[in-house]
Amino acid sequence: MKTICFYFQIHQPFRLKRYRFFDIGNDHYYYDDFANDDIITRIAQRSYLPANETLLEMIKNANGKFKVAFSISGVALEQLELYVPEFIDSMKELVKTDCVEFLSETYAHSLASLADPEEFKLQVKQHDEKIEQLFGVKPKVFRNTELIFSDEIATMIASMGFKGVITEGAKHILGWKSPNYLYCSAAAPKLKMLLKNYKMSDDISFRFSNYEWSDYPLTADKFISWIKNTPEEEPIVNLFMNYETLGELQPRESGIFEFMKALPRFAEQEGIGFCTPAEAISKLKPVDALSVPYPMSWADEARDTSAWLGNTLQNEAFHKLYSVAERVRLCDDRRLKQDWNYLQASDHFYYMCTKYLSDGAVHSHYSPYDSPYEAFTNYMNVLSDFIVRVEAQYPESIENEELNALLTTIKNQSSEIEMLQKELKSARTEHHSKRAEAKKKKEDKAEASKKVAEKKA
Amino acid sequence: MFGWEFPPHILGGLGTASYGLTKGMAECGDIEITFVIPKPYGDEDKTFAHIIGAANTPVAWRDVSWDYVQQRYGYCMNPQEYFDLRSHIYADFNYLKTNDLGCIEFSGRYPDNLMEEINNYSIVAGVIARTEQFDVIHSHDWLTYPAGIHAKQVSGKPLVIHVHATDFDRSRGNVNPTVYNIERDGMLHADHIITVSNLTRQTVIEKYHIDPAKVTTVHNAVEPLSDEIKAIEMPHNPKEKVVTFLGRITMQKGPEYFVEAAARVLRKTNHVRFVMAGSGDMMNKMIKLSAERNISDRFHFTGFLRGRQVYEMLKASDVYVMPSVSEPFGISPLEAMQVGVPSIISKQSGCAEILTNVIKTDYWDIDAMADAIYSIITYPAIYKQLREEGEREVNEIKWKYAGQKVIDIYHNVMRNNN
Repeated sequence: MKTICFYFQIHQPFRLKRYRFFDIGNDHYYYDDFANDDIITRIAQRSYLPANETLLEMIKNANGKFKVAFSISGVALEQLELYVPEFIDSMKELVKTDCVEFLSETYAHSLASLADPEEFKLQVKQHDEKIEQLFGVKPKVFRNTELIFSDEIATMIASMGFKGVITEGAKHILGWKSPNYLYCSAAAPKLKMLLKNYKMSDDISFRFSNYEWSDYPLTADKFISWIKNTPEEEPIVNLFMNYETLGELQPRESGIFEFMKALPRFAEQEGIGFCTPAEAISKLKPVDALSVPYPMSWADEARDTSAWLGNTLQNEAFHKLYSVAERVRLCDDRRLKQDWNYLQASDHFYYMCTKYLSDGAVHSHYSPYDSPYEAFTNYMNVLSDFIVRVEAQYPESIENEELNALLTTIKNQSSEIEMLQKELKSARTEHHSKRAEAKKKKEDKAEASKKVAEKKA
Repeated sequence: MFGWEFPPHILGGLGTASYGLTKGMAECGDIEITFVIPKPYGDEDKTFAHIIGAANTPVAWRDVSWDYVQQRYGYCMNPQEYFDLRSHIYADFNYLKTNDLGCIEFSGRYPDNLMEEINNYSIVAGVIARTEQFDVIHSHDWLTYPAGIHAKQVSGKPLVIHVHATDFDRSRGNVNPTVYNIERDGMLHADHIITVSNLTRQTVIEKYHIDPAKVTTVHNAVEPLSDEIKAIEMPHNPKEKVVTFLGRITMQKGPEYFVEAAARVLRKTNHVRFVMAGSGDMMNKMIKLSAERNISDRFHFTGFLRGRQVYEMLKASDVYVMPSVSEPFGISPLEAMQVGVPSIISKQSGCAEILTNVIKTDYWDIDAMADAIYSIITYPAIYKQLREEGEREVNEIKWKYAGQKVIDIYHNVMRNNN
């Protein structure tokens, strides 16, 4: 039986406000609250909330046969909690059906996997904790920011205990092979790979309402028949897309919600089922091992990391940012850590992209800036202020290792103090109890002598 | 073609643009160009266009010998041409001030009696139009519109006028009615109007009430640098950055915004110098302003620069700023990019329409301008990116492509004229 694996991504960055260079050192608040509130509320109203409703209805109507997976970045969750708390409730409603799976990713939707393994692991842990705290489930399958994946990342993910990963079915990796199978990583054979069928995913997310497309209009039975007509031995079709596809990229008027609702019925007629990534990984056997020597992603025509790290501007900003990573980890200032997360979001680098033609149009569509240069200037100003703050925490003259040693000493000392205090406390209570006992004895004695005296009287 | 300036004797961007365009059109082939200028010096580049001087065109009949003409005007024209022109004098202009060869004197500059000179130029145009064989008339900027109209009336050939600037750009809105009238008259008589940017096109349509269908934008381009200029090496002080404003210091160019932005940058950082190169009626005011802002120690004035000095200045700069309030096109940022200087330009300039590897700000947004300057002198990555990508981009902006567009317009008006 063929199965369809749906996975939706939700991410929104904390957009930066216009931050001039004379604010450096004076103003430590970096975010454009108005834009962030406005954008997430708008998208939630037009897409996330109605889409959740639709999925819930589909799951109920299909008696649990319709299944779907989500990946929500930590920064997006924070924004949703802040501005659209009803979304969290509606998500909890979906989780109750047991037909929804959450995937693991980096908390900040960051590119840490490309620069800083330690940071990467920390963020994944942070994200999984957040998911567990909110929805009570623990993610089992990993999905990296923008489906970025390489052999190096594969070994990192595998060492963290994940059994599977979701990534792009890029042509230059697959060659003649089909993405509609389960694969495993050549670098970490225990790590299974689910590959996005980008043709069919894009049919929904980009072409659905395009009048110029030869297959317009796309109906549910047509789409299911395409899936049915894939070679019989291909077990799975992976449809990965942004959640905004439902309602925002493809507006409600285009009939996208009705299309989704009709899918399970036609799928059942053709004997096609639905599954979540974790199920797919446990059910299917990998047919082959894939090697990905250079990082790939799901962005742009090139399907590599050039959308974020393609030009000098992006690389400079990226290296500047991670040059302070170790320092930030040594700090325990809560606001600093928060800013650290928000600044790592891959979107900031995406805005600095200087590509032209169709890729460039997509970049500028999402960018709040007029030009990549403006994006860079603004980000660097913010980053300069951030670095000033990091340096203010500990003097710059001390090397990281030395600082680390000093911090350990302090930590050890404090734990030692704690231990000694405990000892002191227990000694004290012992002393107290002894004294209390003695007092009681004395009182008993007094009482006894009193009684004796009474008797005498 | 009627023009007012022609290299090497130029006063502003008009000469450079007319020259570049003519050369670019000649490169496209199948075209012969006659270029009329007020006063030739004889050292003009004549390889791609035939140059006629208005100052060498007789408007009153004088009985002179071949040798005498050769002796007087030989440095810039063939005497045969003088006699051809002489036989096409169409009225008695002896009441005008003419010399011993029957020619009117021209300064070729922008003198006080500019209106008179424009009128004389148009009288001369009548003689030339009767002498020469041509298919299209092309007038560069308002000074030559009357000449173009005259030539059209004489020959019945279509007239194309090229708007390099309008009086709205030059005066920040305080339009001189006489100039406006000459401009509008030219536009009404023209069969087609070429503007150097969409910004100017909009002005022509909205302020001069011209039918949009007959206005087309052809963006300017730049000449490739000569080897001599490429070879210029300027010393760079790695500890100090140089930010340059280069142009006439007039209201149109927005110099005061540059001073204000400089003051803001200098409040934050000290290792930077600002240079205001050029001269103009607001120069003294700017010197005063920089003193008021207390930045005179880091703000420098060079006075007027020409030719090679311009490129020396640019090569010594780290950032080029053009905060023009209204700039029909603005060729100078392209020149800065050619020598690899990152540029910041105002959104109100025409070249912003075709450039991507520059930083664009509103001319009044001093904060944004200061921010952009700071960013380029502080973050090496953006400097490098703008420098390399900008140079690559500007090398693709060629006069040949602009020339082809103009030729297409010619074909159109010729078809409609028949």
